[in-house]
Amino acid sequence: MEVSEVSFRIIADLLEARTGQQLTRNRQWRIGTALAGVFREHGISNVDQLVCLLADPASGSLAQQVVEALLNNETYFYRDRSVFELLDRRILPALAEKRARSKRLSIWSAGCSTGQEALSLAMIFAGQPNKWDGWNIDIVGTDISEQAVKAAQQGVYTQFEIQRGLGVGQMISHFKETDRGWQASDKLKRMIRFKQKSILEPSTSIQRFDLVLCRNVLLYFGPRARMQAFDRLAEQMCDDGWLMLGAGETTVGRTDIFRPTAGNQGLFIRSSAADTMHIADPSTPFVRRRG
Amino acid sequence: MKSCLIVDDSRVIRRVSRHILESLDFAVEEAEDGQLGIDHCKAAMPDVVLLDWNMPVMTGIEFVAKLRTLPGGNVPKVIFCTTENDMAHIREAISAGADEYVMKPFDHETLQIKLQLVGMV
Repeated sequence: MEVSEVSFRIIADLLEARTGQQLTRNRQWRIGTALAGVFREHGISNVDQLVCLLADPASGSLAQQVVEALLNNETYFYRDRSVFELLDRRILPALAEKRARSKRLSIWSAGCSTGQEALSLAMIFAGQPNKWDGWNIDIVGTDISEQAVKAAQQGVYTQFEIQRGLGVGQMISHFKETDRGWQASDKLKRMIRFKQKSILEPSTSIQRFDLVLCRNVLLYFGPRARMQAFDRLAEQMCDDGWLMLGAGETTVGRTDIFRPTAGNQGLFIRSSAADTMHIADPSTPFVRRRG
Repeated sequence: MKSCLIVDDSRVIRRVSRHILESLDFAVEEAEDGQLGIDHCKAAMPDVVLLDWNMPVMTGIEFVAKLRTLPGGNVPKVIFCTTENDMAHIREAISAGADEYVMKPFDHETLQIKLQLVGMV
């Protein structure tokens, strides 16, 4: 779909102002497909017409509708399995050791979309009942998309969604078949709270997270918004907390607040934190460094 | 190179599956019913079987039960690939000896992940 420069800029600015996400010219091809539903609902056929409607003070929730449609909610269960293997074998055991006294773990799935990442985490805990018995596990999933968060809260997945990344054993154990689709078990849902929230929004909670997963989110942000997002993430993390980014994402050259951990691609700590936990090699036990 | 036997009476499904499997570097054999599938396995046991449920001559459940009694028949990973998409059928397939379950329709990514889950990719 041809989109004029002026209309493209208006839509891109709207998205960035509301979410921090940039709509670069090389993602222009997505606009027509992403906005098809909005076009249909409002009886229009192109972006220029949409921009005219947006200019109308009576357009109401149209701007939010446009933003929702442009957000990329791509996710699936156990997306990037190696990350979950690292979590299961190294990171969660290390956190269990660090928090052995309080037996409390707070994990934030930032940019949780429709909830599969948070549920994948919950399945790890649910699959190890002896290890986590007596622990208070609090997984918080946040996303800027109201629709995605509503879907996450419902925890019902289509046939296509349920078998994207999920083995049949886990599907049988943790989901039940309903008229609406595959429903996550109450046991999983009890571990998770989903909330609509922008990563750029300052926190009003005193909660601090031991682990933050913010994967494949910040790559859509411009430099300034990304730096601001790192600030917000850091503010809401424990001093010794870990930040996990997506494959190919880094904090290097983007913020001074975080630095990479050695030997673990995608895993970062606060620059001010002592490097007390060093995962030398996923195939070897933890090496604890002091001082 | 790993080998995969597709047992499905639909020529279209066999074609689509073959295309995906070959792109994942599998050597692919096809059988259009369960008995032909068993004959294939007796001649050369594959690493993985992609198996339909409803077929002439022998159902997928009968196939997997028979496969598991053959010498070396416990080795292949069996992935059901079927339109029987309810929990009862899924449980029946797993009880019969299947390792994974793909609900049709499926795509390249779904099948690839299922193959990863059974250690074949």
